[in-house]
Amino acid sequence: MKEFVLIFRLDDPGHMKPSPEQMQERMNWLAGIAAQNKLADKGNTLSVTSGRTVKPGNIVTDGPYTEIKEFISGYIVVKTDTIEEAVELAKGNPIFKLGGNIEVREVIKRD
Amino acid sequence: MSEKSASHTDLLPHLFRLEYTKMTAVLCRHFGLQHIEIAEDIASETFLKAMESWGVNGVPENPAAWLYAVAKNKTKDYLRRQQLFENQVKGALKTPASQDAPEVRFTPEIIQDSQLAMIFAVCNPCNPAEAQICLALQILCGFSITEMADAFLAKTETIKKRLLRAREKLRQDHFEIGELQESAIAERLPTVLRTIYLLFNEGYFSASGSQLIRKDLCAEALRLAHLLSENPLTNTTEANALLALMCYQSSRLEAREDEAGETILFEEQDRDLWSQELIDKGNQYLVNACAGNAVSKYHLEAGIAYWHTTPVATKKWEHILQLYNQLILLEYSPMMALNRTFAYAQVYGPERGIAEAEKLQLTTHSAYHALLAYLWISIDLTKAISYYQQAIQLTKSATEKKTLQRELDKLYTP
Repeated sequence: MKEFVLIFRLDDPGHMKPSPEQMQERMNWLAGIAAQNKLADKGNTLSVTSGRTVKPGNIVTDGPYTEIKEFISGYIVVKTDTIEEAVELAKGNPIFKLGGNIEVREVIKRD
Repeated sequence: MSEKSASHTDLLPHLFRLEYTKMTAVLCRHFGLQHIEIAEDIASETFLKAMESWGVNGVPENPAAWLYAVAKNKTKDYLRRQQLFENQVKGALKTPASQDAPEVRFTPEIIQDSQLAMIFAVCNPCNPAEAQICLALQILCGFSITEMADAFLAKTETIKKRLLRAREKLRQDHFEIGELQESAIAERLPTVLRTIYLLFNEGYFSASGSQLIRKDLCAEALRLAHLLSENPLTNTTEANALLALMCYQSSRLEAREDEAGETILFEEQDRDLWSQELIDKGNQYLVNACAGNAVSKYHLEAGIAYWHTTPVATKKWEHILQLYNQLILLEYSPMMALNRTFAYAQVYGPERGIAEAEKLQLTTHSAYHALLAYLWISIDLTKAISYYQQAIQLTKSATEKKTLQRELDKLYTP
């Protein structure tokens, strides 16, 4: 069984405050993965307001934005046999309704 | 004469359960946990004497007091014998400590403290869960090996071996049963709650074993949890949540089977048979449980059980699904996944429920096929029938087979 991190990206900070219905949808999606026993870590939400980017030469900028206006809003870790399976799980997430996207990356474990 | 003997043979098994465990708990605290056999011997001899004496002389006015008086004397005798032995063997070498051993006493407070200490001694994480449950049943609840074998549908030899190993591990662990320390309690309380929870579930959900014994398991789990709630150190919000859960579930014990001992499904239960008293108690404990911010799995399960006691309220299943969503994130189990999917289907309808269920792929579980069968009924009867047939084939429990067969038969009658 491999582990994959699903990284959620949004471009509108307003979407960080979901409505109760959106919250319910997200929870249904997450619990649905847990119900398949494929959730390795329920992850966390990453704050948009409390964020800094540190750059070479002691330059610190406000916010999580690097080059484009997109920011990482959170992550979870799933456990599946293949990356295709992890992608299938990601497809059910309601983030796409908000124009967001999900990056799927295999975890390379340190020894 | 025959009337007299009938009354004492009726009374003894009841008293045995109730008093034997109290007696051993107090004696164990007296002698130390490593000498649990001495405590059990004295308690057993006491009951043996009761059987002989009550058969001839009739049952005394206060049977419990009679038993404690005999146990007290037997303990004195034991200590005297032991001291004599110590003196004779070792007396030649050194002067024996001649002070009298403190007398064993059986006041209500001492009994209660000892029982609590015993719970914490028995629920030791050094033993696997199933061994802890057996130990709890034997030492805390006074169950016989035959009764346990009956409850778990296991051979008596298996139970005996399990108990032997578990007791040996307890002995090696040197748990102090004397005064309960706050830190030791905090550390071990989760294991204690877990054991009580499993004990209750074994009685409530296991499809095996006689109905009578299973009701006893539920009652014993409630009794042990009550003991926890009576001591400020163990009266935590989690303990209250567990009590609430068990009260809600127990409120339906009478309604969920018919006179022939067959299971009545939730939707078909006669709600007048639900115990309002236990539901009220559950509400009380749930209020206590919500005093802090902690949300344990017991809180979530008690929440679900609470919603089940309410009449068909709006959004009832939405609330239940939300609670299941949180539960499954805390801890995965196939049963939990299936229950969550059932709630999901209640909220979003059978089509989406089927899609969600099929993702689980729990094809070796009879309950998985039973769930799919239930969800297919309104969509495709042939599929529903075929899923019921698979569920019936997979279950090992006779009661469950009957229930599923009854549901299947309903599909054939127009």
